Amino acid sequence: MCLGVPGRVVSVNGFSAVVDFWGVQKQVLLHLVDEPVGPGDYVLNHVGYAIRKIPSEDIAATLAMYDQLLDAKPEDLMRQDIEGEVGASKGRP
Amino acid sequence: MSAPLRTLEFRDPLKAKQLGARLSEVVDQVGREPVSVMHVCGSHEQAIARFGLRSAFPKKLDVVMGPGCPVCITDVPEVDEAVALALQGVRVATYGDMLRVPGTVKSLGDVRGEGAKVEVVYGIDQALELARATPAEELVFFATGFETTAVATASALLHDPPPNFSVLSAHKYIPPVMEIVTEMPGSRIEGFLAAGHAAVITGSNVFEQFVRDHGVPVVVAGFEPLDILAALVRLTELVRDREPKVVNMFPRCVTAEGNRVAQEQLWQVFTPTGGQWRGIAHVPNGNLRLRDDFARFDARRRFTIDVAKLWAYAPPRLLGQCRCGEIMSGSKRPSDCALFGKACVPESPVGACMVSTEGTCRIWHQYGGHLDLRSVS
Ligand code: SF4
Repeated sequence: MCLGVPGRVVSVNGFSAVVDFWGVQKQVLLHLVDEPVGPGDYVLNHVGYAIRKIPSEDIAATLAMYDQLLDAKPEDLMRQDIEGEVGASKGRP
Repeated sequence: MSAPLRTLEFRDPLKAKQLGARLSEVVDQVGREPVSVMHVCGSHEQAIARFGLRSAFPKKLDVVMGPGCPVCITDVPEVDEAVALALQGVRVATYGDMLRVPGTVKSLGDVRGEGAKVEVVYGIDQALELARATPAEELVFFATGFETTAVATASALLHDPPPNFSVLSAHKYIPPVMEIVTEMPGSRIEGFLAAGHAAVITGSNVFEQFVRDHGVPVVVAGFEPLDILAALVRLTELVRDREPKVVNMFPRCVTAEGNRVAQEQLWQVFTPTGGQWRGIAHVPNGNLRLRDDFARFDARRRFTIDVAKLWAYAPPRLLGQCRCGEIMSGSKRPSDCALFGKACVPESPVGACMVSTEGTCRIWHQYGGHLDLRSVS
């Protein structure tokens, strides 16, 4: 899907990062992102790769948008796509 | 995640109403009807359907979904190649949606049910892990999708893939198909909404050449209801003023140049080549093929894929009635298909457009199967 999902970088090891998605931690690769990324940064991710660092002023609005999409009914297609991207449907606080 | 929540200003109903009224005004000023514009993104269609936006669109405006579902446009012979490989005993990994996409006679899911080794992965990194875990066994990643997934495939091949790993590329590139759809006889498409997140990678500049060549405006749009409405206002203004240009209405995500690091990797690994898009047309430069430098990772060069064997069977009967191609090129709607919601439902899809969460038929079926519906959230 073309949305991608935002997540918070927990740690970075070379080109590999651990990223937190609503409490689910996953490994994400950093080869495609065009800015340096460190712990605490938010990145937009697609199929296991970070594709963009989210500017700090856009983080709150971006997360709020996804929170609302994830609040939809389980059969909602946008929610399903986001959960598919995270690769886990559980662990959301 | 703990960042403070802000109310979503891009869902303000009052603003939506104002934008809807403005959109009507501009469409009226165009002075003819219908005004037809196309978007090329499953997430746009999902947002339009789930927020009931079509009921806010003026009657004189036709917003159609084009070939924006990567699963749907993967061509039958491409699925056949993956199916044939799996039947030959090669382990195949792919994205979950691809399992149920029909080939000429069988889907990957069918042959998995018959015992072939077909793995579902969420990304190519997981396919690489599988390959590394079993170095003695060949693993083919059936790589589908547009620019956004092709960059991941490219990057994976540039960063030390194991020798038992190869890629069957069915990757597609969006800008060339916009030309094809615009040039189709009888096409009424007067403008395009481009998908915001694909443009994160390509940049909005990627559309400049298309606009110059075809005189059709392109507006890059986000995915929130107000993003879409605002982008449509801008797009219809450009139609009204006969002003073909590229406008980026999603600057909080998209830049003119896009992500250069990703683009460099994409073009280092892939080269555009002509190819068939399911049900639509042969699209010059619409497919992405691995460059010669990566021949050893190209499943087509590594294996003899015996697809002809599959074609000996007759194709499933109903598939001949599927209208996916016409739907994706904008001349038909899901409701024009006699099978829609009857013989063809998400649980037992006949065509690819009913399979994927990004497929037009699936989206229409999910959100009510008709044009004017109320907001679902
Ligand atoms: S409803 Fe099914 S058969 Fe009809 S066009 Fe859509 S996918 Fe094809």
